[in-house]
Amino acid sequence: MQIIFATMSRLFFVLMIGVSLFMLFRGHNEPGGGFIGGLIAALGFALLAMARGVETARRALVVHPVALMGSGLLLAFVSGLPGLLSDRSFLTHWWTEIGSTHLGTATTFDIGVYCVVVGGVLCLVFRLYEGIEQ
Amino acid sequence: MPEFMNDTALLWPLAIPLATAAICAAAWAYPRAQQGASLAGLVLTLAASLLLLDSVMSQGIVTKQFGGWAPPFGISFVADRFSAAMVVISSVLALAAGIFAIADVRRRQVKAGFYPLFQGLMVGVNGAFLTGDIFNLYVWFEVMLIATLGLITLDRTRAQLDGAIKYAVLNLFSTILFLMAIGLLYGVTGTLNMADLARVLPQTEGSVALTVSAMLFLLAFGIKAGFFPLFFWLPASYHTATIIVSAVFAGLLTKVGVYACFRVFTLLFEVNDGGIRPIVAFFAAGTMLFGVFGAAIQWDIRRILSFHIISQIGYIMLGLAIATPLAMAGAVFYIIHHIVVKANLFFVAGAIHRATGTYDLRKAGGLMKSSPLLAVLFLIPALSLAGIPPLSGFWAKFMVIDASFRGDMAWIGALALFVGLLTVFSMSKIWIEAFWKTSPRKVARVRAVPVAMLVPIAALGLITLAIGFNPEPLVAFANVAAATMTDPAEFIAAVFAERQIAGATP
Repeated sequence: MQIIFATMSRLFFVLMIGVSLFMLFRGHNEPGGGFIGGLIAALGFALLAMARGVETARRALVVHPVALMGSGLLLAFVSGLPGLLSDRSFLTHWWTEIGSTHLGTATTFDIGVYCVVVGGVLCLVFRLYEGIEQ
Repeated sequence: MPEFMNDTALLWPLAIPLATAAICAAAWAYPRAQQGASLAGLVLTLAASLLLLDSVMSQGIVTKQFGGWAPPFGISFVADRFSAAMVVISSVLALAAGIFAIADVRRRQVKAGFYPLFQGLMVGVNGAFLTGDIFNLYVWFEVMLIATLGLITLDRTRAQLDGAIKYAVLNLFSTILFLMAIGLLYGVTGTLNMADLARVLPQTEGSVALTVSAMLFLLAFGIKAGFFPLFFWLPASYHTATIIVSAVFAGLLTKVGVYACFRVFTLLFEVNDGGIRPIVAFFAAGTMLFGVFGAAIQWDIRRILSFHIISQIGYIMLGLAIATPLAMAGAVFYIIHHIVVKANLFFVAGAIHRATGTYDLRKAGGLMKSSPLLAVLFLIPALSLAGIPPLSGFWAKFMVIDASFRGDMAWIGALALFVGLLTVFSMSKIWIEAFWKTSPRKVARVRAVPVAMLVPIAALGLITLAIGFNPEPLVAFANVAAATMTDPAEFIAAVFAERQIAGATP
């Protein structure tokens, strides 16, 4: 792998994770959200895997992609539960306002989606790259 | 607390498998934890579905709007007697499969994601039974498709990939047809909520688009259910999967297609007008006949049973073709009986494989002497499938055939009787080859069948016997279920009458 690419990949990785988080949190009223954010983050990890090997990328992710997917799904599921208390229906979200920012349980749902997308895409990407490396 | 559970009864059969799937995936590195979570989830799902059935029995159709959005804009979930019964019976089957899995699932298969995928499949199945929105039904079909593909290719063998590709191609084609049908329907009516559609469609002028849409629905669900000209994917793929997966598929997947067919052709379209009736009757007759013919020439137990799934689907479709309340009741009874019996036969096939090491009938044998208990446990579902009195299959066949003679479709009733005869032939073939004859191999290496395999087989056998010896409650239930199913007014009223509580939205 070329040295310029290998060096720049670190910078791009950090940048892409940053952008993905930005996308995730601006998602409610503007274009963005968990799905897009997750795709960008997965792209960052895929770049890292391409430049410095799948093993490095797996270590950077810390948890196994499937476990991340499961946790994300669980988080999204839990975010629907408060609705049961307010009007007995799943996924009715709760809201508060702090200053000018809306905060709600829908954000938790979006974070869950983010994790599921990152996990799902990387599951695929890591296996494919491992196939190429061998 | 009881009131809270009652209000949210519709949610839990969906939410519990979803949460269990998430937990199983999150516990990726801990197979034992996955197994425990999966079993706990299955027990809870069964409890939740019984609770749902109870509240449906006591207060009629139960509805729920996810997210609190009012119908027809939000997505409705609806449970009438038919769908509640389907949820209960699929939860029973899932629990049986979960217990069977203790003895049969290998470490490699757990590593390949058996538990999360299995729970994911249950989410899809229960979702499809409970949704009240036609597009949402499509989404659940996709959920099932994804989980199914993962489950078929659990062992990553060449045969499984081959089966999975055949399965995927035809089922994707079916979902595309389904989507086109939804598109046309939405273009004409401007709504996707089933109750709203049932309200709008009778006032809509008949048009080419509506007819095409109805035909596309029939074709799409027909592929899913394994109707006569379109069933080739089923025997080509089911036998490649591991036996628990085959059993669950055999019990549930085709029945989801049948269920969707019944929903759409009672609620949205009428079987009686638009020339759908002769087509369904033709499909039903072909499905019965060719399924049973296909089974006659097979030697692999799983392939014989796969062809019988198709043949039995024909009997259920017969109910829809006749479309009298009596026939509908027969179909409801038939589906419930068939899910139990068919999955049980696959479990027995798994036990035969464990005992003799083969699925090929020519190589198996001698089980009568070595495991007489298994022989008895095989006879119950086998004779029930063939329709020998007093087992559950007899009553199911009796109801459907009786309805066909009363509903001026005697020819199809006669055909059904003939097919029943051929089913006896197939079942006695398995009986003679696997149980009666002496083992053809010199060294009879008959292994013991683990208790965890026998327990679900025996439990499902007991259900078959219970229905067989005391069919009255289920017949009564099926009659009421069919009556509510054929009367859309109650369905519409239930969805639109739900009291809306303002959510905490800004």
